[in-house]
Order: sequence, then structure tokens, then C-alpha cells
Amino acid sequence: MEQKTLDVRSLTVCIQTMKGMIRPVNDVSLEVPRGGIVGIVGESGCGKSMTARAVMGLIRYPGKVTGGSVYLEGREITSLPEKERRKLRGAEISMIFQEPMTSLNPVMKVGKQVEEAVLLHTNCSKEEARAKTLDIFREVEIPEAEARYNCYPHQLSGGLRQRVMIAMAAVCRPKLLIADEPTTALDVTVEAQILKLLERLRDAGTGVLLISHSLGIIARVCDYVYVMYAGQIVEQAETEVIFDRPAHPYTRGLLRSVVSLREGAGTLETIPGVVPNLLRLPAGCSFSLRCGMCTERCEKDAPRLLETEPGHKVRCFLAEKEGVR
Amino acid sequence: MPGGKQKQIEQAADLRVQSQIGEEERFRDLMRRMARENKTAVFSFFLIILMTLAAILAPNLTPYDENSMDLMHRLSPPSAEHLLGTDEGGRDELTRLLYGARVSLLIGVVPTLLSLILGSALGVLAGYRGGITDVIIMRAADVTLAFPSMLLAMVIMYSLGGGLVNVFLTLTLVNWANVARVVRSQTLKLKNSEFVEAARIIGVSEGKIMRRHILSNCLPTLLVLFTLNVPESILTESSLSFLGLGIQPPNASWGLMINTGRQYLYNAPWLCFVPGAAIMLVVLAFNFLGNGLLDVLDPRQKKQ
Repeated sequence: MEQKTLDVRSLTVCIQTMKGMIRPVNDVSLEVPRGGIVGIVGESGCGKSMTARAVMGLIRYPGKVTGGSVYLEGREITSLPEKERRKLRGAEISMIFQEPMTSLNPVMKVGKQVEEAVLLHTNCSKEEARAKTLDIFREVEIPEAEARYNCYPHQLSGGLRQRVMIAMAAVCRPKLLIADEPTTALDVTVEAQILKLLERLRDAGTGVLLISHSLGIIARVCDYVYVMYAGQIVEQAETEVIFDRPAHPYTRGLLRSVVSLREGAGTLETIPGVVPNLLRLPAGCSFSLRCGMCTERCEKDAPRLLETEPGHKVRCFLAEKEGVR
Repeated sequence: MPGGKQKQIEQAADLRVQSQIGEEERFRDLMRRMARENKTAVFSFFLIILMTLAAILAPNLTPYDENSMDLMHRLSPPSAEHLLGTDEGGRDELTRLLYGARVSLLIGVVPTLLSLILGSALGVLAGYRGGITDVIIMRAADVTLAFPSMLLAMVIMYSLGGGLVNVFLTLTLVNWANVARVVRSQTLKLKNSEFVEAARIIGVSEGKIMRRHILSNCLPTLLVLFTLNVPESILTESSLSFLGLGIQPPNASWGLMINTGRQYLYNAPWLCFVPGAAIMLVVLAFNFLGNGLLDVLDPRQKKQ
């Protein structure tokens, strides 16, 4: 049996707002195998980051995890008391975010910030923690690790800061690393280096959940992809399958929106409209308002996530029919 | 504007200098930048140090005792023997001034430090925790601020009685609310910043986040608040002592000296003017230093 690092089952997050209840994460199930990179794609505001936060246990008031469970290597963690969860964070699950410019404390030396994670989760002495910090700095290819240890964040470039962030997240060898758009703020050459780094961590046995809205990145590093829309997973399959035969109209739209450099590629297509207001979701399929192939049934009933072929699930009536065929 | 460009280049150079220096040299660098941009502030800084030294070394600087009376020479004008004259009890005015500086500076610094500690602790707690904690702490601060600070200080001093420790307590209770409000607003901004989130992600506990990640980022503000609150404390104490509520005679404090000298304003005006000038100097020095620090620590504020 394949060992799963992360197993999320029907996770739901609710936020009570002044105007009503919204569900930014609605019945999301996903798995990350040990030593695999799994991607989540979707537009801004579709619930990707919320899902990551819910897995970390960092949903804050007025948000709340109202249903589902999260298993980390077979251990249920949503029901753990806050103190226990805090011990997991940094040690077994870790996360890096989009903005390397603001995710480091401006008045603390970067070495100290990484060291803080070591001191929290191990019984190291200060010297051992420092040595570990320098090791991980070298591992994430920060040049002149000793000199950088004493730097403040404003003295480092964006790429270096993101490396420090990764060092901070990876220093305790977590089982799962969530990367929330880790390269969005970086230029392409740095992006490639950071992705290589993630692959190295994967090879060391860490499961990586990569959140991105860039299909290019997903195609490059992920083994399996989840496509999210309005808080739900609308399609999931192995990366090749998603790019080869996308079944959901939304996935197809996303793929068509990728800039092509081929000659005669024509005008760049877009998906009309924006992610719907979660307070006023359509009665039927949440994508029905923007879908080019919307039928009467789509406006009335909500489709379920059904398997069309082994390992490929789609939330769309059209795909259901095709699946029967 | 060539001037503006020159300044930009200097600032860029500053950044480069900063990246090369160690922890110990940061202070010297700060002073250097202040020296270039705000000479009054540096002058004030040294004036404050000079006054502090004078207060500490008071017994070595004057041959007279602060409290021993010499009724034969009461209210004598400044002379070679008594540089600033004598008061109504024949005590040397300069000696009283130096010993008074001890009290006044102590009263400037200690309650300010205490109120900074209390205020920033409560402010961070209120801002970070939010909810009912926030409501309780901030309404308490509002109540404190609703009274004119002088009136509040008088009421507390009346009920506690005079004396140095009670003055400390009173001034702390009067000043904490302002600090709490400033720190709370900074905390609200900082607690949603990504580095605090990052700290949470590596499993740092809430208490540690408040101390290491939020308060450390408030330090520049607290430093400026310190320099602005010290003179306020000195002034309040002076007023309290003037009203007879603060330091009790025969101990000397500048406010008390003005109060006793007031009765002899016509025949011995120096008894009022000298401690008055001392208060003015210290208060101005601290204010200038505070403004100077504000300039250096927050480059954005300067441009406006």
C-alpha cells in the first residue's frame, strides 16, 4: 500500500460574515503521497490558500473548520488541542508563502529566525542549533552561509529571502511542506532554482503540496494535480492526464489561457467573468455562470465529483456522460 | 534638485555602511546620522548626559550639604562663595539644584520606563488577543485618558500621600494608557504581517510571538515615546511638588524649589529662575532628542 503523507477528507471551512455564511473550502479531499509533489491550481480567491491554512490549523476567527478530517501519516490532527498542533507546526508540517519580502521579521537576524524553529522543536543546545542552521543554509544553496547568518532581511535579495524561508520551513525535516505560490514574486531564473530546491526536498522524503496559479510550474514539478474552483475541487488527475485530456470546462479554459509562443497561436483566450461571490453561488454548478457549455441541468443541480477513468475525477455532468461512454 | 540627489546618495551609502557594520557599531552609526541631520538632537543628548553626571556626582561637586541650614546667610544673592546664592534657610542653591536633579531625573526616567513596560505589555496583549481582552484593556485606558492627566495625578497623590515611590506609582498610572494605545495600534498592523504568520507556522507560541516578533518591532517607537514621556513626567512631578503633593521637604526637587522660592520672588528671584531654567533645559533637551530620533529611525516621516 502506498504510504500517504497527507490525507485530507471532506475538509470544509466556514466563515460567518455580516452578510451570511460562506464556505471558502467546501468538501475538499486530497492526498499527498510520501515523496511526491502534488499541485493545487485555480484562480485567485478559489480557496487554495484557505485549504493550506486549514491543513496547518491556522484558520482564525471568524473562520472555522466545520467538517472533515486531516490525517498526517495516518494520524488525525484536526481534533488535536492547539498546544499539540503547535508542536506539529514547523516540526512535521511546514509552509512557505508567496511574499519573501514581508515574511521575515525585519528586526531579527535571518539566522536567528531559522534557529528559532530548531530550538523550538528539538532539544539542541544553541551551538548545535546554529550548526544545523548553517547546514540548512548550505543545503538551500545560500552562498556564504556564515555571513548571511548575521544579515537582516533587508540586506538580502528576494531570491535569498525565499531560500531563507525554505530553510526555516525545512530545517526540522517536516513530513509535509506546503508551498503557497512560492515563486510568484520572483523572476524566472530564481523561480527555476527554487523549484529545483523543492524537488530536492521531495527526494529527501518530504511530501510537497504546491499551490500555484501557474500551470507552467505545475506541469514542471507536480505528479498529481487538483483543480479548485469556488472552494471545491472540480477536477483531479495525474499531471499528464490533466494536460492531455482535461475534462472539466474550467480546466480547459485554464489551459487555453496559457500564453503560447508558437507561431500562429492567435489571440489569447480567457475565461470570461470572475470567481463568483461566495455569498451568491449559483444553485447548480458553481461554474455554470461562466461555462460555455452550460446546460439547463447545470443551472439547477450541482454535479458531484465522479471518477471517469482510474485516478481521474471530474465534477461536471458533461464528463459524466462521456465517462459512461 | 542637486541637494535632494545628494541626500539620496548619502542614504544609499548609509545602507551600504549598515550592512557592513556589526551590532556594536549600530549605535555609533545612529549618532553619526543624527549628527549630520539634526545637530540640536546630538547637543541635547550630550546635555542630558552632562546633567546626569552632574546629578550622580553631586556630593563631589559642591562642598555644601544639601539640607544643613545657615540662617546667618539666608537669601544671599549669587556670590563667589555661593555661585547661585542661598535660599530661605541659608542652604546653597547650586547644591540644592544638583541634588534636586537626582530626584527630577529619576522621576523622569523611572516612571517612564515603568509605564512603557506596563503600557506595551497591555497594548500588545490587547492588540494581539483582540476580543474581550482588548475591550477590557482599552476601556481602562480610555477611562485613564478621560481625566486630565494633572487632575488624575493629583487625585492619586492625595490618596497615596507624598514620597518618591508614590510619585513613581502615580506617574506610571497616568502615563501607561498612551503607551498602550500606540503599541496596540502597531500590534494590530504587525499581527497580520506575514512574518508573524511565518512564526506561527514554525510553531512559535503566542507569548513568544508577542515578545520576540511584535514588541521587538515596536522598539523604535518605544524609544521615541521614552524621550517624549520623560520631560512630561518631570513637568508633572514639578507641578505636583509645586502644589505640595510630590516630594516632601526638606528633600529637594526642582518643582519644590520653585514652590518655596515663589514667596521670595521679589527679594530673591534666582530661587525661582534657576530651578525653572533647569526644568526648561531638561525638558527641551529630551524633546529635541526625541524629535531627532524620530527623524533618524523613520525616514518616511522626514520627507513629509
